[in-house]
Amino acid sequence: MIDLQGYGPSLLEGAWVTVQLAVLAQLLAIALGLLTATAKMSRSTPLRWLATLYTTIIRGVPDIVLMLLLFFGGQIGINMVTDWLYDSYDIDVFVNVDEFTAGVVTIGFIFGAYMGETFRGAFMAVDAGQIEAGRAYGMNDWKVFKRIRFPLMMRHALPGLGNNWMVLLKTTALVSVIGLVDMVRVASEAAKATHEPFTFLLPVAAGYLLIATVSEWGLARLKKRYNAGFGEASAWNN
Amino acid sequence: MEQLNDAGSSGVITQLGQMLEDALSDNYIFTATTLWHYWEGLVTTVQLVCLALLIGLILAVPLAIMRGSRRRWVKMPVYLYTYVFRGTPLLIQLYLIYYGVVFFDGFDISLGVTSVHVPSIQETWLWDYFRDPFVPALLAFVLNTAAYTTEIFHGAIQSTPKGEMEAARAYGMSRGKMMRRIILPSAFRRALPAYGNEVIFMLHASAICSVVTLLDLTGAARDIYARFYAPFEAFLFVAAIYLCLTFTIIAIFRQLEKRLLAHLKPLS
Repeated sequence: MIDLQGYGPSLLEGAWVTVQLAVLAQLLAIALGLLTATAKMSRSTPLRWLATLYTTIIRGVPDIVLMLLLFFGGQIGINMVTDWLYDSYDIDVFVNVDEFTAGVVTIGFIFGAYMGETFRGAFMAVDAGQIEAGRAYGMNDWKVFKRIRFPLMMRHALPGLGNNWMVLLKTTALVSVIGLVDMVRVASEAAKATHEPFTFLLPVAAGYLLIATVSEWGLARLKKRYNAGFGEASAWNN
Repeated sequence: MEQLNDAGSSGVITQLGQMLEDALSDNYIFTATTLWHYWEGLVTTVQLVCLALLIGLILAVPLAIMRGSRRRWVKMPVYLYTYVFRGTPLLIQLYLIYYGVVFFDGFDISLGVTSVHVPSIQETWLWDYFRDPFVPALLAFVLNTAAYTTEIFHGAIQSTPKGEMEAARAYGMSRGKMMRRIILPSAFRRALPAYGNEVIFMLHASAICSVVTLLDLTGAARDIYARFYAPFEAFLFVAAIYLCLTFTIIAIFRQLEKRLLAHLKPLS
């Protein structure tokens, strides 16, 4: 067995931070992606422009640069807003951005742009007749979205969502650079302290492979669920 | 009403102009020294990305052919390599190579009477190259991009139309000749859009090499942030440079696709 020299528990804690960070960021990315896709398909020109600007800029700039910008600039930006609120309206608020929140927000913000593109394509692939049928039943926009457009769209979005999740998972490693103690941070600190890089970095690499393998299994299950009534699954059921 | 609107918008424009002028007049960040620092960073980034892509591309062609082999012991090692390098973060690969090289201490293996000394890299001629973080960073990027490119080419080779291969066989071509004349040229074309994404991915991924003290574009921006404590100026400027580089790559690949994939475009 590998001798982790007492770093074992903190490595596990780091792994838990990685998982939490990835899941929360992915949820935020899905929410932002749905908003972006809706904005891109809306009739309002400014909304479409805003969404296009967001996806273009985010996808053209490295994630680490955005992370450094939002992490170092975010607190200053928030302070500027709170100072302005205090000066002009006498409202005193104090917002402190911790590293974990900054990490979740930044990664969610970055991958929201990618999810936006995935969802837009998937929404466009939904048969218009299905939506019309929903309307004919007297459903309002929200109900049509919840019961018809979203479940049908997910079938088309799942492959893209799966790819996105795998990339997002690996991107979480970058938060170690801005000071968040995830498993990469623990491993690199331990490697520097003990001069044994392989002892700590190889288990972490294996950890990522394990999470990726488990998520592939989960994704296959989701695929089965959203493919119900289509293709292979229905052929097998009949 | 229209005139009023005009007056309003021109008022906004003068105000914006004033703000820009103010920002430029007390600009103490973008001097010749900092711009030179950014330039050096740009040179490092471009060198690193181009070299990594070139070497990765050369490695990926034979690997992709091996990946599609029918023999298990040829196929499996390549599959394992791409699975590991695509499944773990590049940052870990970079750390492993960088720290692995720096911290690897030499050791002795005793073989009965004599003992063999396995030297650390510091003791060999390789150290002259590996002392500079450019070489370990390049090695990590090459291994990473070669893994992704192998999978891209493998997919393109697998999707070769059957008719093309049957035609080649009908001409009596050997397997090697068929690979060289028919499969690879047509696969490279089909791989072009995916490879364009990989090039952009590599450019963006190269930004992490600043964590091993290499001074690339992002490293330059971090230096300037630390020097002036001005995150917006330092990072927005570098983000704009990356954006320009990304658009250039997109434009080049669009042009290439137009020329090389013209036969695949739908008619009309």
